[in-house]
Amino acid sequence: MTVLIIAEHDNQSLKPSTLAVIAAAEQLALPIEVLVAGYQCQAVVEKVRSLKAVHCVIVADHEAYRDQLSENLALLLQFLSPGYSHILAAASTFGKDLLPRLAGLLQVSMASDIVEIIDPNTFIRPIYAGNALATVCLQDAVRLITVRSSAFNVALSVKEELAERRVCDAVYVLEKTKLIQRQETKSARPELGQAKVVISGGRGLQNKENFALIEQLADKLNAAVGASRAAVDAGFVPNDYQVGQTGKIVAPDLYIAIGISGAIQHLAGMKDSRVIVAINKDAEAPIFQIADYGLVGDLFKIIPELLTKLP
Amino acid sequence: MKVLVALKRVVDPYVKIRVRADGSGVETSNVKMGTNPFDEIAIEEAVRLKEQGLVSSTTVVAIGHVASLENLRAALALGIDTALFVPCDEMLQPLAVARILQQLVARESAQLVIMGKQAIDDDNNQTGQMLAALLSWPQCTFASEVKIVEEGASVEVTREIDGGFEVILASLPAVITTDLRLNTPRYASLPNIMRAKQKPLATVTLEELAVNIQTGFKVLSIAAPKARKAGVMVDSVDDLLDKLKNEAKVIG
Ligand SMILES: Cc1cc2nc3c(=O)[nH]c(=O)nc-3n(C[C@H](O)[C@H](O)[C@H](O)COP(=O)(O)OP(=O)(O)OC[C@H]3O[C@@H](n4cnc5c(N)ncnc54)[C@H](O)[C@@H]3O)c2cc1C
Ligand SMILES: Nc1ncnc2c1ncn2[C@@H]1O[C@H](COP(=O)(O)O)[C@@H](O)[C@H]1O
Repeated sequence: MTVLIIAEHDNQSLKPSTLAVIAAAEQLALPIEVLVAGYQCQAVVEKVRSLKAVHCVIVADHEAYRDQLSENLALLLQFLSPGYSHILAAASTFGKDLLPRLAGLLQVSMASDIVEIIDPNTFIRPIYAGNALATVCLQDAVRLITVRSSAFNVALSVKEELAERRVCDAVYVLEKTKLIQRQETKSARPELGQAKVVISGGRGLQNKENFALIEQLADKLNAAVGASRAAVDAGFVPNDYQVGQTGKIVAPDLYIAIGISGAIQHLAGMKDSRVIVAINKDAEAPIFQIADYGLVGDLFKIIPELLTKLP
Repeated sequence: MKVLVALKRVVDPYVKIRVRADGSGVETSNVKMGTNPFDEIAIEEAVRLKEQGLVSSTTVVAIGHVASLENLRAALALGIDTALFVPCDEMLQPLAVARILQQLVARESAQLVIMGKQAIDDDNNQTGQMLAALLSWPQCTFASEVKIVEEGASVEVTREIDGGFEVILASLPAVITTDLRLNTPRYASLPNIMRAKQKPLATVTLEELAVNIQTGFKVLSIAAPKARKAGVMVDSVDDLLDKLKNEAKVIG
């Protein structure tokens, strides 16, 4: 029984979510191998090889894998899959796109977005926007799983001696899809999924200009910025800021929700944060039901006051 | 070009669900149900493509409880041409749904499948990708913009990804899964609701389709999550900062 983890990267650096997947896989107590498929992605390979938990890195370096398109990667993984008992990826948009496609090719079921490992066949995953937890069992020969990174955020140790490196020359191309453009939001702030502090704004901010208040507060606290769906739909911020059932799931030490009512779908994305603060002018807003600290008032008065009182 | 749209009947997104005390599942009797919101977006997109003359016909399919007929009628009232119902009272896993849809794609000679990125009950986010794999078609998941290009030979799709967005070009036939910002679904007008009663709605049985719906996925139990312990209200910014610093110790 061996675990295969799919590294997520941009050919230059490894995405932190992959570290969480490796941390989760360690709980399976099985040998861990990691696939780095990409193009000229040596830096990623070396990084993965330095991780203590990793036994072997499989390198598939070819232009066909440069853009990380699922059509090609799924075929490569289908080829590699015999011999593995588990294939894991992060429950990121990358993993969510790729792993079910692989499951289709292999004609096996899979478990999405697991938050707990009970034993090598049994996992816990949230359903109904996290309002219920399902304990599920995978009975196929190979168990396909995407992992909720925020549930397995632990530091991994590195080692002196690099892990074994195995080259895979197989090239698979399904010539039906082409990447035209990829536009990634650039920000000097910490990544939403990794930040210790997240400040999110909602419809209460009223417009894009006012949303700058959230950003100023984030800069004071070295925080990442998030948003409700309403704020994204209204164009205050880009789509990748959305926290919730259908956006990003975060669990920072401190989550501050400002001008957000606390709909079920928003709570799904942040209710496992360690400390939750809610600021809202409506004392009846549902967000207060899950907040550790609630402050009722006008955000246009409260944020400026916070800005002056924070160091 | 024929379009197939998938529709799942689910608990209304704004209902606060209740987990059954015996761990057997979520209470769904006497609960407000509706069409999965992402499927409403899929329906709207198919109707718009038809209105723009980019596709020749649209078919919606639901697999599940007989109550889904209500949702299929609603889709017809929104402008979908024909509906298919596959009765099944068992809880189906995405792989089984994908296998059924694969058969229907062949029967209907569909060239484009539009479905939701996820069903908001089980939150699986798998079926579209599995179907694309079974068909060996390209997949355009998490779509926020869809353009039929190259005289109907390809589709250009903007996808919402973790880092921002990307645009891909996929040759048709293809599977598209919808994200929230693809469109805003319309409401059905009364005349269209009346007209929908005349539109074709056929039933296809699992026996006719001869699909294996068994999968290696078992749900062992369903539990309610741990409740958070009650918090406190603070009455000033100073009070809040003091609590964060000295009680929660989350700021310096
Ligand atoms: C299928 C589906 C998926 C969804 N997925 C997500 C998701 O992933 N993430 C998500 O967030 N939502 C999601 N939603 C939407 C969700 O249901 C809510 O509509 C949304 O979260 C509301 O955003 P909001 O709280 O910013 O807006 P509102 O609900 O309008 O709340 C605005 C709040 O701001 C407060 N406010 C206004 N002015 C001020 C002021 N001056 N000072 C202080 N407070 C003020 C108001 O009291 C109010 O509570 C989804 C919905 C569906 C149907
Ligand atoms: N029983 C079903 N009948 C029809 N379509 C379904 C069914 N289950 C899932 N789907 C489709 O697959 C999409 C994704 O569902 P899921 O993979 O379960 O999250 C849904 O938005 C529907 O379009």
